[in-house]
Amino acid sequence: MNRKEITDKLYNIARPYVQQKEALEDFSMDTDLLRDLKINSANLIDIVLDVEDEFGVSIENAEMELMINVRSVVELLENKLDAK
Amino acid sequence: MTNKQRVVVTGMGVVAPNGVGLQEFTQALRQNKSGLRFDSELKKFGFSCQVSGRPPISNEDLWSVIPESHRAAFNSTGIAYGLMAGLEAWRNAGLQVDPPTRDPDSGIVFGTGVSSVSKTREVAYTIDEGKVRRLRSNTVPQTMSSGVAAYLSARLHLGNWVSSNSSACATGTESILLAARRIQSGQAKRMLAGACSDAGPYIWGPFDALRVLNRHHNDRADEASRPLASDASGFIPRSGAGALVMESLDTAKARGARIYGEILGGAVNCGGQINGGTMTAPNPQAVQECIIGAVKDAGVIPSEIELINGHLTATAMDALEVQNWARALEYDRNTFPVIHSLKSLIGHTIAAAGAIETVASLIGLQNQFVFGNANADILHPDVLEWVDKSQIPLKSLSFPHQTVIKANFGFGDVNACIVIRKNTSDEQKRNHG
Repeated sequence: MNRKEITDKLYNIARPYVQQKEALEDFSMDTDLLRDLKINSANLIDIVLDVEDEFGVSIENAEMELMINVRSVVELLENKLDAK
Repeated sequence: MTNKQRVVVTGMGVVAPNGVGLQEFTQALRQNKSGLRFDSELKKFGFSCQVSGRPPISNEDLWSVIPESHRAAFNSTGIAYGLMAGLEAWRNAGLQVDPPTRDPDSGIVFGTGVSSVSKTREVAYTIDEGKVRRLRSNTVPQTMSSGVAAYLSARLHLGNWVSSNSSACATGTESILLAARRIQSGQAKRMLAGACSDAGPYIWGPFDALRVLNRHHNDRADEASRPLASDASGFIPRSGAGALVMESLDTAKARGARIYGEILGGAVNCGGQINGGTMTAPNPQAVQECIIGAVKDAGVIPSEIELINGHLTATAMDALEVQNWARALEYDRNTFPVIHSLKSLIGHTIAAAGAIETVASLIGLQNQFVFGNANADILHPDVLEWVDKSQIPLKSLSFPHQTVIKANFGFGDVNACIVIRKNTSDEQKRNHG
């Protein structure tokens, strides 16, 4: 799976939880999940569960704390998918 | 304390087994339409009572009221019914859903008997499988008792008292009284009141096990709910929600709101599970005290009451209830007013009953008709000792009336009663003239 495919999937997973829908227009590697997309921190839990299901990976609590912007999530997933 | 504020109803919403939304529900009441159906799921699970069903709405339409960020794995019919009825009532009152600012003068008392039993079941299985971390963020609001109030406030941004009451089958009526008190005392200008109840085998099962449901009409669903009838032998469990927007008369007038009626007063009490009262049966003296208390609080005399919207679930307790009304308000066979039970049409919506039944009463007051007691064509002889047959309409009838009394009685020997009056003539003139 290439970076664009991972990013597109992440976009679709995050979309229902984004409270600042306009910010989706500028969805990029540097987009901050909480600050830019105004995702409620409780909904990060849902995003993690959906990511686990979509990519067939498991995300630990410590890894979750690193999920700050799109880049950090994509890189985490790239590493996990490579290790599979 | 300042003078007691008068409390009026300015908006209504309903999700009932025989109609979703005010328009459909009103039509169903006019046509005396039953909402009861054979339920193959209950048959599959081996229930004695296989008549039930749900409000006629697909889960897809139902979940559309849930905020998008909470919609995944949503499994709480009661909360969704409550949200749908509550938002309808708010819009019906001419108020804005998803407003831009918080309103500190408006609040919510929206009750339920249990949070989502279906979701709670899912949670238990997930944890038993060792997957506690797989529970989504919407699990807590779906399993907390105040979930319905929390979802309503997410859409209405109300800043006054926001809570969920719970008192079994008296929940709906109690929510209206609690909200009225809040407005009467001047602590809030406007309250959304109501109650909801979940659908499905997991909430209805324990009642089936108690053998309090009718198991004799599984092949004749329309005839299954038989309040006041000689052969009434159990209630039919149903689900749904009813909601009222209530305001101080001054608040309603100031914004030119349509006024459906006035909550004149009411009372709640408990029979203490003694002197005839048990977990499931009412203490008759306490029921009578509650009715008398409501009438006194409302400032009316018994002869002003033209219609009783009873609890009347279609069990052996119906005759006792009729006797309690007669004793409390000193009626005899010549003076007992018209009495009816919405449960003859839609069954018993458990915690939501008082809210849906009060919406039905307000629709009746507004349109000056009574819905009929379906299936009461052969009345119980003990009922006829207290009420003349002519006071128990079997079909929906045109009926000029101003004042209705409504009560519900619940498990735990709890009672709630309210008195409602049609809007006064000067308000009517202003609204229609």
